[in-house]
Amino acid sequence: MSFPWAKHYKPSHPLMVWLDEKLPLPRFVYNAIGGGYPVPRNLNYFWNFGVLAGFCLVLQILTGVILAMHYAANSGVAFDSVEHIMRDVNWGWLLRYAHANGASAFFVVVYIHIFRGFFYSSYKAPREMIWLLGVVIFLLMMATAFMGYVLPWGQMSFWGAKVITGLFSAIPIVGEPLQQWLLGGFSPDNAALNRFFSLHFLLPFVIAAVIVLHIWALHIPGSSNPTGVEVKQESDTVPFHPYYTAKDGFGLGVFLLGYFAMVFFFPNALGHPDNYIAANPLSTPAHIVPEWYFWPFYAILRAFTADFLFIPAKLMGVLAMFSAILVWFFLPWLDTSPVRSGNYRPLFRKFFYLLVIDVLVLGYCGGSPAETKYVLISQIAATYYFLHFLVILPIVASVEKPQPLPFSITEAVLGTDEAATLSGASTAA
Amino acid sequence: MADEASIDTTVPAGEGVRRRDFINVAAVSVAGVGGLATLVPLISQMSASADVLAESSTEIDISAIEPGQAIKAVFRKQPVFIRNLTQQEIAEANAVNPTTLRDPQSLADRTKPGKSNWLITMGVCTHLGCVPLGAGQGEVKGEFGGYFCPCHGSVYDTAARIRKGPAPKNLEVPPYEFTSATVVKIG
Repeated sequence: MSFPWAKHYKPSHPLMVWLDEKLPLPRFVYNAIGGGYPVPRNLNYFWNFGVLAGFCLVLQILTGVILAMHYAANSGVAFDSVEHIMRDVNWGWLLRYAHANGASAFFVVVYIHIFRGFFYSSYKAPREMIWLLGVVIFLLMMATAFMGYVLPWGQMSFWGAKVITGLFSAIPIVGEPLQQWLLGGFSPDNAALNRFFSLHFLLPFVIAAVIVLHIWALHIPGSSNPTGVEVKQESDTVPFHPYYTAKDGFGLGVFLLGYFAMVFFFPNALGHPDNYIAANPLSTPAHIVPEWYFWPFYAILRAFTADFLFIPAKLMGVLAMFSAILVWFFLPWLDTSPVRSGNYRPLFRKFFYLLVIDVLVLGYCGGSPAETKYVLISQIAATYYFLHFLVILPIVASVEKPQPLPFSITEAVLGTDEAATLSGASTAA
Repeated sequence: MADEASIDTTVPAGEGVRRRDFINVAAVSVAGVGGLATLVPLISQMSASADVLAESSTEIDISAIEPGQAIKAVFRKQPVFIRNLTQQEIAEANAVNPTTLRDPQSLADRTKPGKSNWLITMGVCTHLGCVPLGAGQGEVKGEFGGYFCPCHGSVYDTAARIRKGPAPKNLEVPPYEFTSATVVKIG
């Protein structure tokens, strides 16, 4: 759907007229990201991150498909083939660093995209489905990133695979057989490496498909905006092209500056030196940590050190870690406040910033060794994390008095809105 | 469409099941069972293959291991610790009342009769699968003289029983037998 004032695609060239009759692909693009998609005129730079995330996926698929031309998914030669890419393949170092840092960039962008959603309550009606699909995309991304990290078959790859698949062994009764089924053996080996490679290649295309659904669902109500007030009239919107293609283009340029600064000057800053040692099943690195984007969830996993009721600590940790993301699925129904934007919710806003700090603390603990003090901090932070979603959000929604909302997006931007004045006059009359 | 209507083989409406319904249910059922059956190879191809299973037993000569020494062997691509306990270590393990332990087992439960000095366990921490220290020469053995896992700080005693830290279970004792006085077959 679109707003009634959306511009219509009118091909002028005879070839485009002919194409529009046979396969209206240009019309589809025009209505999706062209002049035919009216977008609120007040979007700030936090609204750039959806397009940036899409760019990251394309970047990862391009570099990834090329890397797959030079990589060998066999536990005997995988480590050497990665070194072959780094040393022998023309520009191989660039492609691999672009792919490895591309994963980190993708997560940076997606985390900002998600927290944009938290602050502006982008998950609220009528946009619940967009949010749910987004959480699905995030889960797929995590699976893809984990399996990709295993492929170089270094020490961290191997022990990461061992520890993460070991999580499944915590499940009662079926756990051990399930872990052996996932690995195709008793510990990570060639069978596991091969299937991880296969799935690491497949899942990005599944992600692309879910993104199509994500954007499809977005185009039904249209984009949200920083006021959280729905679009009322034509003056509230501008066409996506050229206004937001230009703004997204500028944002992309800024993003690329930061990204290539990492690729060219700090390509290993986010990696682990241990992963430049070939996998050794008989020796565990002293300090196993996942990649930084998993740290908050890893901290929650390790926060459980004692059995809870009849549930063993190990299983509790696993359940809590998965619940930390699954709770997002219920967010549209936990935050019952009718006001969307955090800009008009003073109490909510304070708790939002607390959540940001809480997740950063969890991340710091997840990247630290499992010492008593970090575990203790993780326990407090993990408790607060769940309290925020399950207790604080519903309570804040019911006790908070939001600030007055602008009449329309136009009024928020220009200070006055003729339509508001008119409707005000008619109410008075 | 007109032809189909004119050659109507079904019973009049409202008189129960048509012959076409039977064919429909039968066909869909057969297709459904067939579809489900295809899941069997699709799922079981993921399980350990024959060559992986073929490597799941290993024979080790233990004649060179002196009391107080241990070796690391490989069983199912995972480390196995074979340890020749000293009399003192055996005494330490037996001095503990098993019922007070997290995973209650005595040393006798974890060794073969008459071979209580031979402690054979997986070298896989029962927490998240790291390899504990303590089998190699000069490695730290932890405060109970057995094994110490550096990943998350689990401590095992001289019978490789969990005494401290996050691991839920004792180090697993794999199935094994002594094929002669000096050779042990694991798996």
